[in-house]
Amino acid sequence: MEARFLLGFLLLLSLSSFAFAIYEDQVGLADWHKRYIGKVKHAVFHTQKTGRRRVVVSTEENAIASLDLRTGDILWRHVLGKNDAVDQIGLSLGKYVLTLSSQGSVLRAWNLPDGQMVWETDLQISNPSNSFLHVLGNVKSGRDSLSLVCNGGSIRAVSSIDGLVVWKKDLSIDGLKLKHVFQPPESDTIYAIGFIDSSLIALYHINAKTGELLKHATQASSVDLSSEISAISSDSLVALDTSRSNLLLIKFMAGTITNHKLPLSDIVQDFSGLAELIPTKSNDIFVVKTPSNVAFIKVKGDNEIELIGKADEAGIVSDSLTLSEEEQAFAVVHHSNNAISLQVRINGREALTEGIKIEDHRGHVKRVFLNNYVRTDKSHGFRALIVMEDESLLLMQQGEVVWSREDGLASISDAVVAELPVEKEGGVSVVEVEHTLLEWLKGHMLKLKGTLMLSTPDDMAAIQAMHLKSTERNKMTRDHNGFRKLIIVLTRSGKVYALHTGDGRIVWAHLLTPLLQSESCPSPSVLTLRNWRVPHRKALQENPSILLVGRCGAGPESHGFLFIVDSYSGKVLETQILDHSIAEVVPLPLADSSEQKLHLVIDDKLNAHLYPRGSDALEVFVREMANMYYYKVENAKEVIKGYAFKKGCSTGSSAYCFGTRELWSVVFPSDSERIVATARRKINEVVHTQAKIMTNQDVMYKYITKNILFVATVSPKAAGGIGSAAPDDAWLVAYLIDTVTGRILHRVTHQGAQGPVHAVVSENWVVYHYFNLRAHRYEMTVIEIYDQSRADNKDVMKLVLGKHNLTAPITSYSRPEIATKSQSYFFTHSVKAIAVTTTARGITSKQILIGTIGDQVLALDKRYLDPRRTANPSQEEKEEGIIPLTDTLPIIPQSYVTHTRQVGDLRGIMSFPANLESTTHVFSYGIDLFYTRIAPSRTYDSLTDEFSYVLLLITVVVLIVAILVTWAMSQKKDLQEKWR
Amino acid sequence: MERSSALIGSIFLLISISCLINPISAAASGSGEGYSIAGRVKLDNFVTKGFGLGHSPKLSETKVILNGGQRTTFVRPDGYFSFHDVPAGTHLIEVSSIGYLFSPVRVDISARNPGKIQAALTENRRALNELVLEPMKDEQYYEIREPFSMLSLVKSPMGLMIGFMVLVMFVFPKMMDGVDPEEMRQAQEQMREHGIPSISNLVAGRS
Repeated sequence: MEARFLLGFLLLLSLSSFAFAIYEDQVGLADWHKRYIGKVKHAVFHTQKTGRRRVVVSTEENAIASLDLRTGDILWRHVLGKNDAVDQIGLSLGKYVLTLSSQGSVLRAWNLPDGQMVWETDLQISNPSNSFLHVLGNVKSGRDSLSLVCNGGSIRAVSSIDGLVVWKKDLSIDGLKLKHVFQPPESDTIYAIGFIDSSLIALYHINAKTGELLKHATQASSVDLSSEISAISSDSLVALDTSRSNLLLIKFMAGTITNHKLPLSDIVQDFSGLAELIPTKSNDIFVVKTPSNVAFIKVKGDNEIELIGKADEAGIVSDSLTLSEEEQAFAVVHHSNNAISLQVRINGREALTEGIKIEDHRGHVKRVFLNNYVRTDKSHGFRALIVMEDESLLLMQQGEVVWSREDGLASISDAVVAELPVEKEGGVSVVEVEHTLLEWLKGHMLKLKGTLMLSTPDDMAAIQAMHLKSTERNKMTRDHNGFRKLIIVLTRSGKVYALHTGDGRIVWAHLLTPLLQSESCPSPSVLTLRNWRVPHRKALQENPSILLVGRCGAGPESHGFLFIVDSYSGKVLETQILDHSIAEVVPLPLADSSEQKLHLVIDDKLNAHLYPRGSDALEVFVREMANMYYYKVENAKEVIKGYAFKKGCSTGSSAYCFGTRELWSVVFPSDSERIVATARRKINEVVHTQAKIMTNQDVMYKYITKNILFVATVSPKAAGGIGSAAPDDAWLVAYLIDTVTGRILHRVTHQGAQGPVHAVVSENWVVYHYFNLRAHRYEMTVIEIYDQSRADNKDVMKLVLGKHNLTAPITSYSRPEIATKSQSYFFTHSVKAIAVTTTARGITSKQILIGTIGDQVLALDKRYLDPRRTANPSQEEKEEGIIPLTDTLPIIPQSYVTHTRQVGDLRGIMSFPANLESTTHVFSYGIDLFYTRIAPSRTYDSLTDEFSYVLLLITVVVLIVAILVTWAMSQKKDLQEKWR
Repeated sequence: MERSSALIGSIFLLISISCLINPISAAASGSGEGYSIAGRVKLDNFVTKGFGLGHSPKLSETKVILNGGQRTTFVRPDGYFSFHDVPAGTHLIEVSSIGYLFSPVRVDISARNPGKIQAALTENRRALNELVLEPMKDEQYYEIREPFSMLSLVKSPMGLMIGFMVLVMFVFPKMMDGVDPEEMRQAQEQMREHGIPSISNLVAGRS
């Protein structure tokens, strides 16, 4: 009953606020937003002009960005579509950034200062393949400059001003692959060199202004050509053969082609293995990278080459940088232990060597981009942009790291939450107290001014700054409200970061895979992370720790490994290479005596391996084994299978290895259904009450089970994207399956609907989002499940006589009668991710967190997705908070938890409870990160930061004054009365 | 292979009876595989107010998304955008621009009648003659602070407390005035007898 009142009270409270909203000056109070770009794959420097120096980069996250070269800040950034990978970037006319993407079929120009797209050209390439972009320097038809895009055997010349295709030349020769285009200075002729079927070399002369083919010649090559070439001067280039051990020097002069084969072993003495050509631009020098060293080779006269320099260790070499007509520079970067040495070589000679210490959690150097600047004494200085193994980006100049960016955080694949250490008791000095008191008073005076609308813009700024630097929220200790926590994230590169919820700073970071790299584990990659130890009762003195699970190779049968990492410090506590593979990690709701959580690692042969390895863990598991079940969704076969565990496994005799026994399977007809989405309840979700009171004082019992699995299937014809299926060919079937028994609790078909399906399951309901082809709009459906077997518990007599089943546990072993209620609504946007708020005790009403196509996160009250909504709710229903039914779910701008921020390329939303029941943490990630705290029913259990203590003080003072005045007055009156 | 120069012809969705110089609308250029959808995003009519400090929405941040993310393009400075090589069928175009709410647009490319394109807003089923996308409304992500007013201060719990105090202070004595002093004294005597101390006495520290 108490709960009911409480709920009613909460409803009343929340009625007043339909939306979560913040004031503009509260930005940054509880939230933070970090922008990243991802792993850089191309970089172009723009440093010639005076003004802002910048570097334009494109990344493997399909982002292009302009970074300030002084600070590393993002000046502008765009994230292209997921199928729109950038192939090449270039600068044109000194003010446009050109990007070639989608395998050479889309060319876009972006304004360099502000990132506005200027034009976009679809090159209508019939067979997308390796394309390249060449910006012509000096063809000036008018004031325009042309950019050439070569793809296979065709060349397109695109105007840099407006993106129009000026001319198009299809050389229409089968098997022709153009490799290189160049234009001699002060000439109107373009030379295009290509290979035909790796045996012929072809040369074309093309008029730069019209695209007219002037001349062409072919020549048989003496070796089989590979795809790697390096252009070394205006009339020669170097290619590698398919065995990667011979060089071919190709010269083309006056319409004729000569080629000359040069075995690499003649030039580089101790050559063995496979060589690699580093692309260069000109000046008779090219770079060959062999497994043992890097060779700089110069071409002298006809058919003669000479080794002019050698870097002994195999380092990472940058593209060439032309300093002048004569000089060309390369950067060679070596990495050893925790130091990087950058060597700049001009024409193969060593010009500069700089060493630098670097944090060892960054791994090896992956890429380097070199840029120069002219010092005041006219000598050349160099800066290098370095991409590390953990995908971070560093700018190195004069032996120092000028700035670094943790761009690995752009590719988060998994995240868990961990607690911070408990605060140690310690004395606080009087001075500190005085100081803080003064600050506190000052702050509140400012706030009061703010609320009274008297503050100047300066004061506003001061308030904002005060909020941001508040030390309270950034402390490294646990707080009473549970606002300060660590978010531990795993990125694609295998690096683990711990982020502080206060300001998003990195508390610790570790790249773990290099620790494992060995013969037994050739290419380790981390798959997932889990909470391993969450001490709360018995093992409080132990630090919490997390478990990282990964694979040693690419295939599913390769051996697994696991790490246990201390979540306070990031220290590796345990490393283990397993003797079995890893298909899935199943956390169990059990823990051993030292609070280590039990995990089952399922291998590819469906054996279950128990971790941690310990006798008490084994004892705990064996005791509960009869009640443990596992299910597996086989997407390719359209089957879901349920398993139980049995002693003894098929591959070994370890006591910790268990076999599985198939219990049930649900087979979907593969000619009419494809599994597109599954969802289940969070394992640690807390539900406050099973009962739900209806308007007519009736009680409905929620069917609450952790074993519910939501599965959505679509018709095979509708399995593609929107636009590929007709409404009559499309249907979507939603199932609710009990994962212990395989019983299908509910099944519903939506005709004319298709994916993508995004679903979230919580308490006794599921909400899913899909596309309705008939209305051509997105739809969201809610299904709520109620337990009918408890419905007749309303009889008072039965309750008195004890003939009720309220105390019976909810179990999948019994087959209760269930009833479902469902309702569908239109929803405006496409959805990228969906989640639900979770609170500590599950009392607070829920909000559904929807990641929209605009990369924002919308908090939608669950009351909008209530099957009891009707068009004309009765008075009682209105009082209970039922919203009149509308066909579309409302989008209230104030309920975007991300307010004006966007989480670029949003991929996931995570909600985890604070200790305060009203409040929940929301962490969303994509290329960007965004964190905030929200209170779905407002903060009813604590005073908000908004609470004006000064106003309270003033009130108290006024009251005291009033009391004194009345006292004085009454005394006076008393006196008068006595005189009377 | 030389791609067919057969631009079967730009058929405009509607032969716009236009005094516009540039009557661009959803135009289809049919060529073997796909069609082009071209349109324009218009933001000019919307003056943004109450938007974040230094976060004025920019056209450069505006994205146009086909079929829930299959393809993404950006708008040019003049608001134009286009998708090429789109197969016949019914498609969905969404515009993402922070600060504005756009309705998704349903675009039908007819397979039987090559090049015929129809467009309609899905939110209100309004057919579009030309593919000019305008925001339905601008979005304000922040609550607007109520300007300071005496009323809001009075309405606050503390204001109510003060108000009640004032009431007690000034109105109750007035009410007392209306009472006959003799009766008043009697009442006070009675109260004393019953042991209920009057407030004034309590404060004055006498009984």
